[in-house]
Amino acid sequence: MTPTYYLVLAAILFTIGAVGVLVRRNAIVVFMCVELMLNAVNLTLITFARTTGTIDGQIIALFVMVVAAAEVVIGLAIIMSIYRTRRSASVDDANLLKY
Amino acid sequence: MSEALPAEGLLGWSWLLIALPLAGAAVLLLGGRRTDRWGHLLGTATVVGAFLLAVLCAVQLTDVEERSVDVDLFTFISTGELDVRAGLLYDPLSALFALLITGVGALIHVYSIGYMAHDPGRRRFFAYLNLFVAAMLLLVLGNSFVALYVGWEGVGLASYLLIAFWYTRPAAATAAKKAFIMNRVGDVGLALAIFIMFAQLGTTSYAGVFGAVGTLAGGTITAIGLLLLLGACGKSGQFPLQAWLPDAMEGPTPVSALIHAATMVTAGVYLIARSAPIYDLTETARTVVLAVGAITLLIGAIAGCAFDDIKKVLAYSTVSQIGYMFLAVGLGPAGYVAGLAHLLTHGFFKAGLFLGAGSVMHAMDDQVDMRRFGGLWKKLPITFATFGLGYLALIGFPFLSGYFTKDAIIEAALDRDDVWGWVLGGVAVLGAGLTAFYMTRLMLMTFFGRARWREGVHPHESPSVMTAPMVVLALGSIGAGFLLVEAFPLSDWLEPVFGEPEEAAHVVAPATVGLVVTVVMLLGVLAAWLFVGRREVPTEAPVRVSPVTRAARNALYADTVNESLVMRPGQWLTRALVWVDNRGVDGAVNGLAAGLGGSSSRLGRTQTGFVRSYALGMLGGAVLVAGALLAVTSG
Repeated sequence: MTPTYYLVLAAILFTIGAVGVLVRRNAIVVFMCVELMLNAVNLTLITFARTTGTIDGQIIALFVMVVAAAEVVIGLAIIMSIYRTRRSASVDDANLLKY
Repeated sequence: MSEALPAEGLLGWSWLLIALPLAGAAVLLLGGRRTDRWGHLLGTATVVGAFLLAVLCAVQLTDVEERSVDVDLFTFISTGELDVRAGLLYDPLSALFALLITGVGALIHVYSIGYMAHDPGRRRFFAYLNLFVAAMLLLVLGNSFVALYVGWEGVGLASYLLIAFWYTRPAAATAAKKAFIMNRVGDVGLALAIFIMFAQLGTTSYAGVFGAVGTLAGGTITAIGLLLLLGACGKSGQFPLQAWLPDAMEGPTPVSALIHAATMVTAGVYLIARSAPIYDLTETARTVVLAVGAITLLIGAIAGCAFDDIKKVLAYSTVSQIGYMFLAVGLGPAGYVAGLAHLLTHGFFKAGLFLGAGSVMHAMDDQVDMRRFGGLWKKLPITFATFGLGYLALIGFPFLSGYFTKDAIIEAALDRDDVWGWVLGGVAVLGAGLTAFYMTRLMLMTFFGRARWREGVHPHESPSVMTAPMVVLALGSIGAGFLLVEAFPLSDWLEPVFGEPEEAAHVVAPATVGLVVTVVMLLGVLAAWLFVGRREVPTEAPVRVSPVTRAARNALYADTVNESLVMRPGQWLTRALVWVDNRGVDGAVNGLAAGLGGSSSRLGRTQTGFVRSYALGMLGGAVLVAGALLAVTSG
């Protein structure tokens, strides 16, 4: 099995996610891009677990999924409350916490 | 210097001399208004008591071997190698001063009862006078330079308080500050001299210092002598620190009589006479003392000729007469006794003259301008008689006090038998002529001529409580000189202190000196009559006068010199230092704080609140960390 394709795919997915976080304003889209980056990492972990024949990578990937689920719960709740107060889901509008 | 014996009997109680007036001052100052009604009587009683005690002590002292006792009291300062014991030295010199201070002091206290009768602050006045007497007695009776220094500062304080007694008058407050500050300049010298003594000899007591001073290097002895002289100049109003004394006349007149004529200002003469063993070893310092005395003598006499304020004239006369005393003690062994004799007779007649001036002011509604006096001899007969005797004594009229003692100084100067002896003698004779001139001018303008009083002034003789002390002092002006020089020579009494009097060389026969001085004196009187007596005195001072008169009216520009040489540069220095402090020291600290605050708020600007820029920062950071890890592992 050649890990190269998987790793390249993961890198492409991660880059798409990172660029999405940086350039998109809609909080939901930013959130989805974060998930994309997490899953790109998961893919990398699984790939290396298969390549080396150990189970550690799979375990960490499971942990990442659990954390991501918890994060989705809290993150969506925050986005919802922000939307309710400001009638907007743009991350650029939520900028009161500053100097 | 003879060895002092431990005190026995009455002399062991001589500390009461200081304690009595001090207790009086404490009661009057702490008692407050409760003591208003009898405060002046208590103040007078303590000083009279001290005078009686001083007389008894002096009588007792004649029985003591070597006429010198040491009254050991308690440990004053004991720290490390410095061990100062508080104690008194009762010897002929200090006994003489104790008698003068308490005697003249008691008379002036009595006079003040009348003079200050209508002043609401009379109790305070007597409290300060008592404080002064106590401090002055400590100054002359202390047995170490430290004790002298305590008394020295004490009289400075009392002088300050009394000059500024009428503190609501700006002129009085300013004069007091001037006196205090100029005295400080001198006190620095005295303090440094004491420091040198302790550093070099490890002791400050008279016995210890005078016993060991011979072991010091010549330069050190000269330094001590010059520093002591600086202190003496400050306290005695001698050149170049003479400018404060005439201004000190802003105080009540009894203060001028007691402190700024008879006693405190002679403390400098006492200091130099007491330090005779030091000055005997340093020709340089003695020469400087001579120069200071001669210069001051002339400055005082010249300035005295030009002022119209009766108290200022007497003040410059005091400056000039103390110049005579400095001249005398600067001559060394030959002159100590002459200087001290002049100090005593001067104490009598100058105190009498000031009390007379006070009586005149009392009669003339506190007027001091002599151009507004005139013709007073008929209205104030007792004042005129006593003042006249004091005047004759001061100008050295034959066979009155001043004649004997001033002649003795001039003879001592001529006995140096060199060029400087002739110069100093000439200066002293010239000074005698000037003294006769300005005092005759004062007499003529005050008591003779047409009455030039302001409207509504009705002169009246002072009450007997004021005239009685004037009469006593006038008797002293007549007889003291003869008693001290001829009948009971002061040199015999002071022999244990200054040693056997040397046989005077008599370069010029005493009779010749007396004749010359008398002739010069008469010339001065004649000149005064020509300039002042035979014509009408204008009530306003003439404006168009010669440069000499103008210089004399400005006291030979002493204040101008002080201001341009000391005060202005001092102010510049202060301003420069304030600038350095504000801009340099404060600037560095404030600048650092401002820089830190500014940069931190500028750093805070990076917290923009835009989530995406934070995300970019995180990404950049993560890439950097990853790159660094790669570089480390692959490298």
